[in-house]
Amino acid sequence: MSLPRRLAEAVVVLALIARGRRGRRREEEPVDEGGPEEGRPFLREVGARPGAERAVAALLFASALASVAFVVVFFTGADTQALGIALAAALGLLGAALAVAAAAVVPREQAIERRPRLAHPEAEPPVRRRLATAGEGVSRRRLLGTAGLAAGATLTGALVVPAASLGPAVGNSIAETPWRRGRRLVDEDGRPLLAADVPATSFLTAFPEGADPRELGAPVIVVREDPARLRLPRARRGWAPQGILAYSKICTHAGCALALYRRPLYEPVSQPPGIACPCHYSVFDPRTGGTVLAGPAGRPLPQLPLAVGPDGELRAAGGFSGPIGPSWWGVRET
Amino acid sequence: MSRQAPSHDVLRFLDERLLTNRPLRKALRYVFPDHWSFMLGEVALYAFIVLVATGVFLALFFEPGLDKQTYAGPYAPLAGREVSAAYASTMAISFEVPGGLLIRQTHHWAADVFVVAIVLHMVRVFFTGAFRKPRELNYLIGVTMLALAVFEGFLGYSLVDDLLSGMGLAIAYGVAMSIPLVGGDLAHLVWDGEFPGSAVIESRLYIAHILLLPAALATLIGAHLAMIVRQRHTQFRGPLRAEDNVVGTPAWPGYALRSTGLLLIVAAILVALGGLVQINPIWEWGPYEPWQGTNGAQPDWYLGWLIGALRLMPPVEVVIGGRTVLPNPFFGGVLFPSVVFGVLYAWPWLEQRWLTRDLRRHDLLDRPRDNARRTAAGAAFFAWVVTVFAAGAADRAFLSTGVSYTTQVWVFRVAVFVLPAVVYVVARRVARELALSARALPRAGGRG
Repeated sequence: MSLPRRLAEAVVVLALIARGRRGRRREEEPVDEGGPEEGRPFLREVGARPGAERAVAALLFASALASVAFVVVFFTGADTQALGIALAAALGLLGAALAVAAAAVVPREQAIERRPRLAHPEAEPPVRRRLATAGEGVSRRRLLGTAGLAAGATLTGALVVPAASLGPAVGNSIAETPWRRGRRLVDEDGRPLLAADVPATSFLTAFPEGADPRELGAPVIVVREDPARLRLPRARRGWAPQGILAYSKICTHAGCALALYRRPLYEPVSQPPGIACPCHYSVFDPRTGGTVLAGPAGRPLPQLPLAVGPDGELRAAGGFSGPIGPSWWGVRET
Repeated sequence: MSRQAPSHDVLRFLDERLLTNRPLRKALRYVFPDHWSFMLGEVALYAFIVLVATGVFLALFFEPGLDKQTYAGPYAPLAGREVSAAYASTMAISFEVPGGLLIRQTHHWAADVFVVAIVLHMVRVFFTGAFRKPRELNYLIGVTMLALAVFEGFLGYSLVDDLLSGMGLAIAYGVAMSIPLVGGDLAHLVWDGEFPGSAVIESRLYIAHILLLPAALATLIGAHLAMIVRQRHTQFRGPLRAEDNVVGTPAWPGYALRSTGLLLIVAAILVALGGLVQINPIWEWGPYEPWQGTNGAQPDWYLGWLIGALRLMPPVEVVIGGRTVLPNPFFGGVLFPSVVFGVLYAWPWLEQRWLTRDLRRHDLLDRPRDNARRTAAGAAFFAWVVTVFAAGAADRAFLSTGVSYTTQVWVFRVAVFVLPAVVYVVARRVARELALSARALPRAGGRG
């Protein structure tokens, strides 16, 4: 280190010490006032470090500028990025000013205080005695206790009961869907779906004609498979005319919409087709009647039997093969 | 002084009416021990303040309604679409209210940072044994606030009625339905019928999000701080520091300036994120209908552990006599978080009973190495939750690494059991070695 630099440093250190002394001399008030449970500084460094006051002032002015910039940006188009930068600068520079002030301008102190005692065991017996006075001169304590308990419990019960009007009981609402034998399948705009409209490569979403599409039991997925590859349960023979299948679109796991459809690119080596849920990746097999191929779903996807009407329109041939949507305690499996 | 300073008059005015000077004298000298990790709880508090401030602004514009209207705002791709009032007003906040998008995104970022800060604060409290007597009650409040914060965040992004809201609520409904015995009725009570429920569900989410939970959080924060003031802060071992004292920076002027500076810097970072880093672009997802879903929709990070648990669970349901008793979402969505929070709540007593048999009061903190078994147990527990969390991102990992999703799920199913055991053994060994090496090699003059 060069000599001039060392000298300069020595000057700075001396100046610091002098300032510190001056500061300390100015600090005449006793520092140990108050009880032992009040913080008493035992280390004090008084007086700003060189340049610190100027740095804090600069930060504060810069913050003020940023605030002005924020106002200007707000009234000239309010660009989100510019607003964000201006406000963040105003806040951040002010915060930095305070941090620098704490570290280098105001007195730096280390204080010590006695931790409060937490237990007052000597106060416990009087508290117990005082609490016990409530029973003094009362002869039928048990009766009153029982009666009080009865009043409290029934009132609590009575106050909870209105919660029942928040909504209906689960009942059979999920077992009931708008699908009936003969009901036509329509698309999102209410146009009847024809068998000829169902492509072999992707899947369609259909709804029962005239029903509320937001009802969980309404939306179905319609896909077309090669009839020769179908492995439906024996009882469901005839549910898939021309290989067209319909399944509930609501996952039996947690109720998300089954929005993904996996199709084999090359049958001999690809995975079989699957209807998948984007939430937890339950995959159902459209060829076997909606059995679970992968993922957490514990119940097959309910299938809707289809029929093709005289004009080629798709119609339901009955209700779903099982309850749709997420399961609950006591729901019938199939 | 010849002239009385104005502050003197204020002090006397207040003291003669409210007896403020004595408590003020004490408060200004209140001692805050110094350690960087004590800042984490403050960051959570300051994120909460930013949440309230930005939330009030948003509430002035947000319309909690599900009635459909035709979108007529400036975002062209949605022109003519039927959207709910909730969705339309959030779009208006984002595209039409000057500064609206900044405040909305800052609010969302603040929620994410809020939960990060709470979790890190809890990790600090755990590994330093700060939850021990006399701070068990305050620890319970902290764990409760974590649960409330996660729930509050979920309600927040559910209010908007975009596709992500709807998918999240559908899962919440599925999980609620899976609760044993009462789940079906409970879910129907909350949603006023079968999902997606009647229009009142929005009012219910709204009052919970803007009044009930914030009020609960504010109350608990108040209790949390009041308990700290009563007991004083914990501190690490060091020169002069003992069980019966507190050594550090006094509240005034040093700590007040430093902490207010931290508040402003936290706010600055959140505003910078809100202004520069897009979050929850609801116009990309579009409005929700129950028959719609999209791949790659990810919830906010603090729900990742629940998504992971729901996805990892093998397709098991308990069925008795052809009737479902325990539906699958119960395991990942109800049982798993119950176990996680159950362990967190019970830990001070579990540790007392099984690890330390120590009933004494502790105001000096442990370093993680000081209690190797606690550190190992905590690290294993953390590894367990983090593994499940990571499993929730397996679909993202598939896109970036190409490892098939099914393979990953099986790896995670094994890792959930193996990893915590490995982490336990390694962490215990490391902690013990560190403790031993510190004892074997006392450095002269070294800061221990």
